[in-house]
Amino acid sequence: MSTLAINLQDMHHHYKDTPASYAGLSIAQWQVDITERVFLHGNSGSGKTTLLNLLCGILLPTSGSVSLFDHNISALSNSQRDLFRAKNIGVVSQKFNLIPYLSVLKNIQLAAYFAKNSRPDVNSDVQTLLNALQLPSNIIHRQVNQLSVGQQQRVAIARALINHPRLLLVDEPTSALDASAKNAFMDLLMQICDNTKITLIFVSHDASLLHHFDSNLDITTLSKAEETMSL
Amino acid sequence: MILLSVAWHSLLSRKKTAILTLISLTISIVVLLSIEHIRLQAKESFNRTISGVDLIVGAPSGQLNLLLYSVFRMGSPANNIKYTSFTMLEKRQLVDWAIPISLGDSHRGFRVIGTNNSYFTYYRYGKKQSLQFEHGSKFSSLFDVVIGADVAKELNYNLGDEIIIAHGIGNTSFTKHEQTAFVVSGILASTGTPVDKSVHVSLGAIEAIHLPPSALKKWLTNPEKTPPVPKSITAVMLKLKSKLSTFGLQREINNYPTDRLMAVLPGVAMTELWSLMATVENLLRAIAVLVLISSLFGLTTMLLASMNERQTEIAVLRMLGASPVTLLLLILLEAVILVSLAIIMSIVVLTLALYSLEAWLAAEFGLFLSDDIFTMELMGLISMIFIATLIVPLLPGIAAYKHALHAQLSSH
Ligand SMILES: Nc1ncnc2c1ncn2[C@@H]1O[C@H](COP(=O)(O)OP(=O)(O)O)[C@@H](O)[C@H]1O
Ligand SMILES: [Mg+2]
Repeated sequence: MSTLAINLQDMHHHYKDTPASYAGLSIAQWQVDITERVFLHGNSGSGKTTLLNLLCGILLPTSGSVSLFDHNISALSNSQRDLFRAKNIGVVSQKFNLIPYLSVLKNIQLAAYFAKNSRPDVNSDVQTLLNALQLPSNIIHRQVNQLSVGQQQRVAIARALINHPRLLLVDEPTSALDASAKNAFMDLLMQICDNTKITLIFVSHDASLLHHFDSNLDITTLSKAEETMSL
Repeated sequence: MILLSVAWHSLLSRKKTAILTLISLTISIVVLLSIEHIRLQAKESFNRTISGVDLIVGAPSGQLNLLLYSVFRMGSPANNIKYTSFTMLEKRQLVDWAIPISLGDSHRGFRVIGTNNSYFTYYRYGKKQSLQFEHGSKFSSLFDVVIGADVAKELNYNLGDEIIIAHGIGNTSFTKHEQTAFVVSGILASTGTPVDKSVHVSLGAIEAIHLPPSALKKWLTNPEKTPPVPKSITAVMLKLKSKLSTFGLQREINNYPTDRLMAVLPGVAMTELWSLMATVENLLRAIAVLVLISSLFGLTTMLLASMNERQTEIAVLRMLGASPVTLLLLILLEAVILVSLAIIMSIVVLTLALYSLEAWLAAEFGLFLSDDIFTMELMGLISMIFIATLIVPLLPGIAAYKHALHAQLSSH
């Protein structure tokens, strides 16, 4: 067992039809250690979200491979890859992306369902998570579109964590939050990372958050780099 | 199970379009089911009207015409046959029993049937059931009347009531046979056939009321009166001792030298009726099927239209690990939920409608419909509707599948 959470070798990706300003991603080598916390930044449209999509296997590299925890996910079958993602990767995306018409509980249960996480105590896990995330437990049956933005974001984190993922991908989560909510969110996130052996890729523009992270990475340098960018 | 709940909540989130689609589906399924039910029940109701009659004899006309007026009391007879032809037939060795029928009079909108007591003894309907008397009994004197169950109920007649029989069909015939009052001597139990709507009198009485007024008066005042012998009747129903002689006797009757007669096999005439009705039936069914198809397209359109607003939703489900097939399944589930609801609602609506319209349909159209719609045929139809709805939403399902293949988290 290596200690690598992420290992990209000679990975290239470009969209079929894409604006001329975007040249695609071309990463010679990139490695992230288990439990490492990476701060990923870059200009808008530079490919950060694309990279997260590649990491969770929603997009496939045009050439080269993506390995997570020693599994070459690019080589898996579609359904194996879907299951791998469900079991191992938690995603909190820019718009938190909850299903608006479902209750908080259903949103989280759905993640457990797709991960074939049939542990009987999923529901109590949800309660524990919501408590840990300082959400009142009576919101569990509320429809998510009745919650505040901050609450929705915490539900999204709860959903990302329900299957005890090994990799957490977080895409610009603070852009919709005010300063105090942002700090509360970061404290919470770091606390989770301290308590679990999770590897974190955190995309943000906000340089003031840098002190929470082990490494700071510019997507443009990563994409052009020939040598290892890992610390 | 969780997928079912996701599909359900997804529909709830699009309540307005979902309800409109549901209503349109329900209406078209009700139309389809009721057309099919009425079609089957009409056949059933025609078939049960007469049972065990081998030949119907009347004046030459179309065989269907003869069947319709003699059995179903629809339309009016073209010509009569001689009464002696009836007595001749009745006496034949081959003949088990013969029922004479004389039509043309009416009583407050109900048809009057001139016949004799063999009608009550031998007439069979449905599964060889014989007529039963609810009250009273058959004719015992000349002006006795036996009425069907519906006649008794609608006109509120009881045993011993005196009634007036009018000549001609229709409620407001102007030559009412005022002088001669008939007396209700029997009320038949309900049969679910045109018998329920018939007023039965003896052939002699029919003959008597058609005498010229002076002759009638003279006859009425004659103390030693014998019932007048009818000269003509409309039709005869025959039951033979052996079915094997049916065709032989039919040929013989058709070539009878002293009267112009025609004999038809009720089954054959009935087949002609069905083949005539087949065109109309098929037309109705085609319309019903088109209505259903159009509302299935409505369902497809609704699901397809929702695809755009659901792109993020699809991306989220993909991210959680849902496969494209699962997303296709979700769309199918939504269609299945809507159609199942529509089917349940249609069954409820149809049962209620039949329950409340039953009496009216029987009265207005002589259609005796059962309110039990859980017949083999209708269940088969419902399963076909169900299968059709599994095929139709494949289109939006595949759209969802394709969206899913390309779904990704985006920054926008
Ligand atoms: N599905 C797609 N097809 C084609 N081009 C895309 C697609 N998704 C994103 N892009 C383009 O790829 C570039 C990188 O996008 P993205 O990864 O979202 O950037 P970032 O997250 O860094 O803002 C942008 O120019 C964007 O327009
Ligand atoms: Mg982005």
